[in-house]
Amino acid sequence: MTDTPTHAAPELLVAAPGLEMTVAGRSLWQDAWRRLRRNRAAVASAAVLLLLAFAGIVGPLAAPHPYDRIYPQYVRAPASFEAYPKTESIVPAFESVLSRARVEMGAVVVEGTTARAPIYSDEALDPRIVRYVDRSDLFENARIEELSADQKSGVMVADVNRLRFIFGTDSNGRDLLSRILIGIRVSLAIGVLASVMALLFGVTYGATAGFLGGRVDGVMMRIVDILYSLPFIFFVIQLVVFFGRNFILIFIAIGATEWLDMARIVRGQALMLKRQEFVQAAEALGVDNSGILRRHIIPNTLGPVVVFVTLLVPKAILLESLLSFLGLGVQEPLTSLGLLISDGAANIQGATWLLIYPAIALTVILFALNFLGDGLRDALDPKDR
Amino acid sequence: MAGDTESILSIRGLNVTFGTHDGEVRAVRNVDFDVRRGETVAIVGESGSGKSQSMMAVMGLLASNGRASGSARYRDQELIGLSERRLNKVRGEKITMIFQEPMTSLDPLYRIGRQISEPLIHHGGFSRKKARPRVLELLKLVGIPEPERRIDSYPHELSGGQRQRVMIAMALANDPDILIADEPTTALDVTIQAQILTLLADLQRRLGMAIVFITHDLGIVRRFADRVYVMRAGEVVEEGAAEAVFAQPQHAYTRMLLAAEPTGKKPPPPQGAPILLEGRQVEVTFRIGGGFLQGPPMLLRAVDRISIALRKNQTIGIVGESGSGKSTLGRALLRLLPSEGAIRFENRDISGADREKMRPLRRELQLVFQDPFGSLSPRMTIGQVITEGLLVHEPALSSKDRDKRAIEALREVGLDQNMRNRYAHEFSGGQRQRIAIARAIILKPKLVVLDEPTSALDRSVQKQIIDLLRDLQAAHDLSYLFISHDLAVVRAMSDYIVVMKQGRIVEEGPTERIFDNPREDYTIQLMNAAIDQTRFRQSA
Repeated sequence: MTDTPTHAAPELLVAAPGLEMTVAGRSLWQDAWRRLRRNRAAVASAAVLLLLAFAGIVGPLAAPHPYDRIYPQYVRAPASFEAYPKTESIVPAFESVLSRARVEMGAVVVEGTTARAPIYSDEALDPRIVRYVDRSDLFENARIEELSADQKSGVMVADVNRLRFIFGTDSNGRDLLSRILIGIRVSLAIGVLASVMALLFGVTYGATAGFLGGRVDGVMMRIVDILYSLPFIFFVIQLVVFFGRNFILIFIAIGATEWLDMARIVRGQALMLKRQEFVQAAEALGVDNSGILRRHIIPNTLGPVVVFVTLLVPKAILLESLLSFLGLGVQEPLTSLGLLISDGAANIQGATWLLIYPAIALTVILFALNFLGDGLRDALDPKDR
Repeated sequence: MAGDTESILSIRGLNVTFGTHDGEVRAVRNVDFDVRRGETVAIVGESGSGKSQSMMAVMGLLASNGRASGSARYRDQELIGLSERRLNKVRGEKITMIFQEPMTSLDPLYRIGRQISEPLIHHGGFSRKKARPRVLELLKLVGIPEPERRIDSYPHELSGGQRQRVMIAMALANDPDILIADEPTTALDVTIQAQILTLLADLQRRLGMAIVFITHDLGIVRRFADRVYVMRAGEVVEEGAAEAVFAQPQHAYTRMLLAAEPTGKKPPPPQGAPILLEGRQVEVTFRIGGGFLQGPPMLLRAVDRISIALRKNQTIGIVGESGSGKSTLGRALLRLLPSEGAIRFENRDISGADREKMRPLRRELQLVFQDPFGSLSPRMTIGQVITEGLLVHEPALSSKDRDKRAIEALREVGLDQNMRNRYAHEFSGGQRQRIAIARAIILKPKLVVLDEPTSALDRSVQKQIIDLLRDLQAAHDLSYLFISHDLAVVRAMSDYIVVMKQGRIVEEGPTERIFDNPREDYTIQLMNAAIDQTRFRQSA
């Protein structure tokens, strides 16, 4: 026969009476876990996803800038590890404020977060001149140190508020890193929650329709067809009109459209599965429909469903960005990866970093989801060892 | 046929290993084969013995995780490790292959003429137009009726036997030196099997190619092969001229294979045993097509007014070819299919019972399927599989009690209790069939419909399963409805035989009478086809 040897077992040995075989059983999940662990790409992807999810949850709290804080002086600052303002721009700025104070000055020295310059004047220095310095956005806490006895010379010291924007800032002067972190949080939440909704509803619906078959199947799938024919945007607008604009609404809107695909896929699987002999065997045992669905049909659709979910998550993320783009989804100052990318695409000529970093974040998420999905599918297939 | 002693294919020290997650599996270990010009070599063994894989390795058709090492020389050309391109010059032209499953070996999208001409165009340098007369010639050669019309048929328009003939025509297209036939008749009905085997023997006589028969059926070997290799667990345990091996088998395994014919008889049920299940004028009709805006459906009468009465502790064998309606009848009697006519179980009329009404009766009426691979859910442990019926019929049982019952049932079918935590795919065909039987008997039924329970199994395993079924019947006073196309098995199991053809009963009677004195032509035809193959075994 064309059996591959992996299935072959020494029939004669086992069937012989009195011959004991002691093999510890492994549960499906233990087994799946064991096989998943061996798949390095899947394990790495899972780690990356966990890390990103953690970054999305904790990141915005730990980030140096709030995601909605606007720094008007740093609009579209390029990504850089060096802090802003840069040393070469502090010196002229310091010189210009000092010249406004009408004092003579020496060389400006920038040390870390302080700028200092020796100053002297023909008259006694008025301590109020520090206000000229404080008035600038760049400097604060200006003071005169080392004042000489005749009060004609001293050192003007001011703290410089130096900010790091590792990923740069957007066209409103907000830190891109913080916005990406909050974007990851929003996008992953939408992707996962909308997929879970589609999963729960779509799998149950599809499995029921496929398994019951006949007229029930016909009616159930026509309902799906009718919902398919509703334009998605129109549907979302309807929801917004009825329920008002709401963050939760995005989950519902995406989940409510994505379950249709899931239902169709699962129905196809169920149609195939119900002709399998183990389903007929369960019927012959007198198992009722819900038992067959729960124990036989749904568990056996797991493979394709897992793969489809890993495709669904990115799809939901992209759909959300479309909604947000149309002003129906996430609203400023809250953001999502989709919004960030569309924003970056608009600014690609002047500020490439606005596109590059959110795109990298989304790509990493999608890659990780795909590898993890493939790994899960292989791990959950009990026939493949 | 022999006489020419030059070896055209010589395999030396062939090893095939498969890399799996659980380590390397050595499917073929260090085997040597020789195929001489024009002879018929049989490679015999049970499933998993590596007989197919050794030939697949030679043809470069191993699965992607398989590796072959050793040497396979075809006329001074080493085939192992040959590049795909150069290998293609040999396979499909000089060495060709036919497979077990004629349903899946042909592409359903192309007409058969196109498929047969493919190797001609590819290897023979024919143009599509020039190939056509040659294709017609080939179809005539393999005995396809009306080749001019059939050449433009699609595979689904042909019967299983005709498809296998088309496969053979494809294999013969370029006058091969060697034809490898991998269980070419296993999927076919007995009468068709005999025709295909006769065709192959005839073709060999006319065309003079060598045939390598891969089979588990010793009847075929005895009838056709010049030389035999017996394989077990990847090794050749015995080889020699066919007559010698059959007359004086050297190895214990060969002797075991030869003796694997199901034997014995079932003791008859006590006189006047009560009728357990009775069907009167049972009729099952399938509607094909039809529906919304599709016009009236086509009606197919699969079971046509059949009456049958099964007594307590009795076994009725239902015999017939595929499509004769025997499985449909079995399912209709269990009310798993809607049917017309009267069905009575223990004197209660169940003909109109719906699923709800049938549920309490389900534990009394059990079913074991043909395919031990398909009938066990791949996502459930064996313990879950066999105790599922208890969930329905004895919901009060605690999980500990269910476990106890599972252990008991496994012991009864001869399996170890530790197996209940494992999954179906970890078991061989015979073990799976035991599990399926355990699932049926755990409910302590009164009647079990056995739908070809042994057809997917090796002969030696069949014998064990039949012994098990008979023991269980004696221990629990079971009644069986035994559906099979295999007459040898039916004979060993049944008290009474019903022969079916096209939904009707052709002949019925006690087992002895049917076998010793068949009255109808169709029964005689069935017997002859089967006896052709078993005769040799019995004389051995």
